[in-house]
Amino acid sequence: MKALLEARSLHAGYGETKVLHGIDFAVEQGGVTALLGANGAGKTTTLRAICGMVRTSGEITLGDERIDGKATEDIVQRGVAHVPDGRGTFFELTVEENLRLGAYTRRNRHEIAADFDRMFGYFPRLRERFRQQAGTLSGGEQQMLAIARALLLRPRLLLLDEPSFGLAPLIVQEIFGIMRRIREDEGVSILVVEQNANLALDIAEQAYLLETGRIVISGPAAEIRRDESVRRSYLGY
Amino acid sequence: MEGVLHQVLSGIASGSIYASVALALVMIYQATHHVNFAQGEMATLSTYIALTLINAGVPYWGAFVITVVVSFVIGLLIERILMRPMANAPVLSSVGVFIGLLLIINSCTGWLFDYMIKTFPTPFPSGPPLFSGYVSGHELGSTAVTLIVLLAVYLFFRHTRLGLGMRAAAFNPVSARLVGIRVGWMLALGWGLAASIGAIAGMMVAPVVYLDPNMMSGILLYAFAGALLGGIDSPLGAVLGGFAVGIIENLAGAYVVGTELKLTVALVIIVCVLVVKPSGLMGRTVLSRV
Repeated sequence: MKALLEARSLHAGYGETKVLHGIDFAVEQGGVTALLGANGAGKTTTLRAICGMVRTSGEITLGDERIDGKATEDIVQRGVAHVPDGRGTFFELTVEENLRLGAYTRRNRHEIAADFDRMFGYFPRLRERFRQQAGTLSGGEQQMLAIARALLLRPRLLLLDEPSFGLAPLIVQEIFGIMRRIREDEGVSILVVEQNANLALDIAEQAYLLETGRIVISGPAAEIRRDESVRRSYLGY
Repeated sequence: MEGVLHQVLSGIASGSIYASVALALVMIYQATHHVNFAQGEMATLSTYIALTLINAGVPYWGAFVITVVVSFVIGLLIERILMRPMANAPVLSSVGVFIGLLLIINSCTGWLFDYMIKTFPTPFPSGPPLFSGYVSGHELGSTAVTLIVLLAVYLFFRHTRLGLGMRAAAFNPVSARLVGIRVGWMLALGWGLAASIGAIAGMMVAPVVYLDPNMMSGILLYAFAGALLGGIDSPLGAVLGGFAVGIIENLAGAYVVGTELKLTVALVIIVCVLVVKPSGLMGRTVLSRV
């Protein structure tokens, strides 16, 4: 099957500092792909590169179309939703306005209203906090808001940057539980970046391991889980 | 007592002008974190455009609408051509551009329309003052116009998709791009809108203070005081601050410092706010938990 997203010899960096040194990876249609690695390996930069938020060279295709070198807004309009590092909450705006912004590129009010209800199905807490200033939400609630905001774009590809970051284990479980449901229901392909390799390998089919800007291991998640060196360095048993 | 009431009412009338200009300042401040020192001169230029149209025989409200549209385009172009390359520049560079813009527009209006003080027509009936002498027709009319403008701006930002997009772009440009908002255009629209609001303020104040290339310099100072008083990052605060400064200025001018020293009131307010409550009365302290 043809992959939804494909990157070939992708380089990226910030000014003089090169972070990615020519990586190749693919995100299958309808699947969950995990991008693992330690701090500073280039995981966040990879997501930023897909969205045109950093300077890149190499080739990125979404479906049949090249998206490298396009403006972030244009890539988003083609159906790439990105839950960024730090969650990207609009602190000054209400929860409602944050969600409306998620659907900014869409016009059909009825569909948007229906999608709002579906999001409240996944995240009932967002309905309770609907009129509240988003900056007052807890970290977990902000993560839920960020995922709901991204899904309201009706994306083909969802990029999640460390959804577990800074959250209590129980909240992390809740969010990953919901992500499983989302994968079933929404038919969206997901590329998830995680330091917590256990969590990510649980929901992913494919995985890549990044080390200092290079992919060192790739393959089905189940195989990677069995890999001796991955287990010792990243899974901790 | 009647005198006080009279001063308060004309304070509200001039306050509505300050409120509009303060709102224009805040709009650009929220998006760029810079105060547009050229806001006043842009409004003066717009007022000259209106006068030229009126002298050419265009009816007042036609000239009004054309001026608002032309000012919008001018604001848009200033952002696209001058401010865009400055997006990542240090603060001082931006301040330099603002001051340069102030001087250039000021000199250009003087050069194009000369430095003679000109009268500017009012569209409102000038007969005997209304409300038994408290308010003139122009004061009432211009206050109404600015209130309508402020209300329209409020409704636009609160209840339209574009208004929400502009607020999002101002608060968090990175996230705004990630939901598909064209942040660059939102900034340009903000400049256009600010220029239009300034143009209306200029046209409303010109019949009172008369038109010359330096017409708005004092008004910009009052507006800046109003914006600071209300909170430079709060549109509602800036508007209320503008009205408050108008009333304070009139009362102080009549009873405390005399009309010659009125402008110092603005400076006193600026200093007091910065010393006592730098965030202003309604400046938002954003709560955030992580």
